Amino acid sequence: MSIQVKFFASLRESLGQSETTVEQVSTVSEVWDLATQSATPPNNLLVAVNLDYANMQSLVNDGDEVAFFPPVTGG
Amino acid sequence: MATHILDEDFQPYEWLSEFSQQMPAGRDGAAASFIGTMRDYNDDATVRTMSLEHYPAMTQRYLEQLEKQAKTDWPLNDCLIVHRVGEVFPGEAIVLIGCWSAHRRAALDACNWLIEELKYKAPFWKKEQNQSGERWVESNTDGL
Repeated sequence: MSIQVKFFASLRESLGQSETTVEQVSTVSEVWDLATQSATPPNNLLVAVNLDYANMQSLVNDGDEVAFFPPVTGG
Repeated sequence: MATHILDEDFQPYEWLSEFSQQMPAGRDGAAASFIGTMRDYNDDATVRTMSLEHYPAMTQRYLEQLEKQAKTDWPLNDCLIVHRVGEVFPGEAIVLIGCWSAHRRAALDACNWLIEELKYKAPFWKKEQNQSGERWVESNTDGL
């Protein structure tokens, strides 16, 4: 299985990567740990799975896209 | 209904005029709009420019979901959302929301709901450039 992982905005800069791929995971939390070498997630971390908001306990499947980002500030 | 994400400056009043000219005459009794523009200051600092980053696929999808939800929750005849990305300068428009309905309450309430939902959930991020460097905007103001 393969999960595409993306990071945006200040989180992308602090982690020093915009995207990566992880394998053999079943939850968003595991995706985070593998993709960031178990960095401490920020308190205000937001996550989306396949373009919909999710949470760290959400399940992931082969081919999913998981995105992590800070609070949004548009408008 | 229409959502647009633009990477260059746009004229919100021209967009409102052109969009509304396509509507049937006499259908709408009310039009409400919100235009957000870039200020040249924030938190006591002078802001020179601002970069607006977004998550393209999710942003488009999320704005379309907002429009659909607004049309479900209020009797809207039409709705328009336009949002900038890329480099923005003071005075330029960042966001435009327009709502058209038979009576004023639906247009006003839906427009207010749309801008609040967009600001707190649509995946855009602002990075300001000021005289001392650049900084990410960490949260929205409360709008007061």
